[in-house]
Amino acid sequence: MIEVINLSKSFQNNKAVNNINFDIGENEIIGLLGPNGCGKTTTIAMILGLLKPTKGKILINKKNIENHRIELLHKMNFISPYIELPKKLTVKQNLIVYAKLYNVKNIDQQIEYLSSTLRLDKFINRLTGELSSGQKNRVSLAKSLINNPSVLLLDEPTASLDPETGNFIRSFLEDYIKQKKISILLASHNMEEVKRLCTSVMMMKNGKIIDRGAPSELIKKHGRKNLEEVFLKLARAEHEF
Amino acid sequence: MYGLFLRHFFLIKSSFPRILDLIYWPSIQIILWGFISKFFSTYSDYYNNTVGIILTCAILYDFLFRSSISFNMLFLEEIWSRNFTNLFIAPMKISEIIISLVFTALIRTLIGLVPAILLTSPLFGISILNLGVPLFFLFLSLYIFGITLGLFVSSGLIRFGPSFENIAWSSLFLLAPLGCIYYPIEILPEFFQILAKGLPLVYIFDETRNILVNNFVNFENILYAFYLNAIYLSIGISLFYFSFSKARKKGSLINMGE
Repeated sequence: MIEVINLSKSFQNNKAVNNINFDIGENEIIGLLGPNGCGKTTTIAMILGLLKPTKGKILINKKNIENHRIELLHKMNFISPYIELPKKLTVKQNLIVYAKLYNVKNIDQQIEYLSSTLRLDKFINRLTGELSSGQKNRVSLAKSLINNPSVLLLDEPTASLDPETGNFIRSFLEDYIKQKKISILLASHNMEEVKRLCTSVMMMKNGKIIDRGAPSELIKKHGRKNLEEVFLKLARAEHEF
Repeated sequence: MYGLFLRHFFLIKSSFPRILDLIYWPSIQIILWGFISKFFSTYSDYYNNTVGIILTCAILYDFLFRSSISFNMLFLEEIWSRNFTNLFIAPMKISEIIISLVFTALIRTLIGLVPAILLTSPLFGISILNLGVPLFFLFLSLYIFGITLGLFVSSGLIRFGPSFENIAWSSLFLLAPLGCIYYPIEILPEFFQILAKGLPLVYIFDETRNILVNNFVNFENILYAFYLNAIYLSIGISLFYFSFSKARKKGSLINMGE
């Protein structure tokens, strides 16, 4: 479970994240939407302990990430298209390395499970750098699940993927959350993906959460046809809601 | 720690060019300095009967160079492969990162150095093992200093990002003239002598020459080098922790390598 309380981050005079509050319960996928530079990545980086908040705190399973960073990271993981795995290592070697880093027991079993469910079997012994972007994405997802995380942070997990691969990842996540006890924060620009996966959505702008609710509620509340129109309305609005 | 070691072990094991690269440069360096020292031994009174001095110093300096570069390379590999953030969200303490890098750097260094040492005997009739037991302490002292320099540079990489890369390559070249590797400290101008006395290298290489020329071990030099090393290593480790903390405030751990 993730609890974000009065969280702020400033870089010199720029408030990248401005006093936000939210929580994500077990087996919930919460969407984080907003234009580029609105503070999504900064928020995720603070949850991961990569960035120190200026104010506020983040509790993961009731423990503050600032005081229990290493302990909590054992049960967290992250995927982003901007971060890659070593290209010169095979898929299997990469998974072994991260399994060791996360102290995973039964490494072979875990790799076999991820390999079969994410369809990595055909290229498990190939160099990661030789894979297509769709294959790499599935490998990154496998890496992010190697430690059976109870908190998973997804930053645009299907960006630049073809529709078939994107759909496969979304279906996988839908099934995965039914089987495991996990809280997921999903930052995405793909509104259909957010609508399909998320129980609730937070709209971010200029470092603040300006609106939140279930996708259908937000569409109704703002009198729009779909989530994309809601996003555009909020992103273009002068004043916050 | 084992995971991080494995990450680099897999990389080296699967790439013959990388292994070749590790072996190639030390060997070339040693062969080059072997011929230079042969020339000096033939034409210089100072080096008469002490053929191995320059070559031994070259091997020791190369060991220092490789250990420092190896440490930096482990960091740079992560930045180049855009894997840096993945490592820092893995549940590893800073101390565990340092320890695993220290051991991995040692293995990388030895892969390069052992063939070079083996080459010197058949090619030039010189064995670095002539230094005897003190050789172990000299190597250890150099390794600690190499790792310390690696820590300084890695701290810069964490704090300032890939733009600090050039410093990684040039750090040892900057220190080499002051380290008095191939000549006694008296050769340096007075002001530089003051600076050089603060470096463990001066005592390590002075002692190497002393053993080879006088067949006598002055343990004071070795101990003083360790004493200085302990100070610099403590500063290096503290700086690494400090840089990590600063990077967390500034945000430089995010998207490193882009």
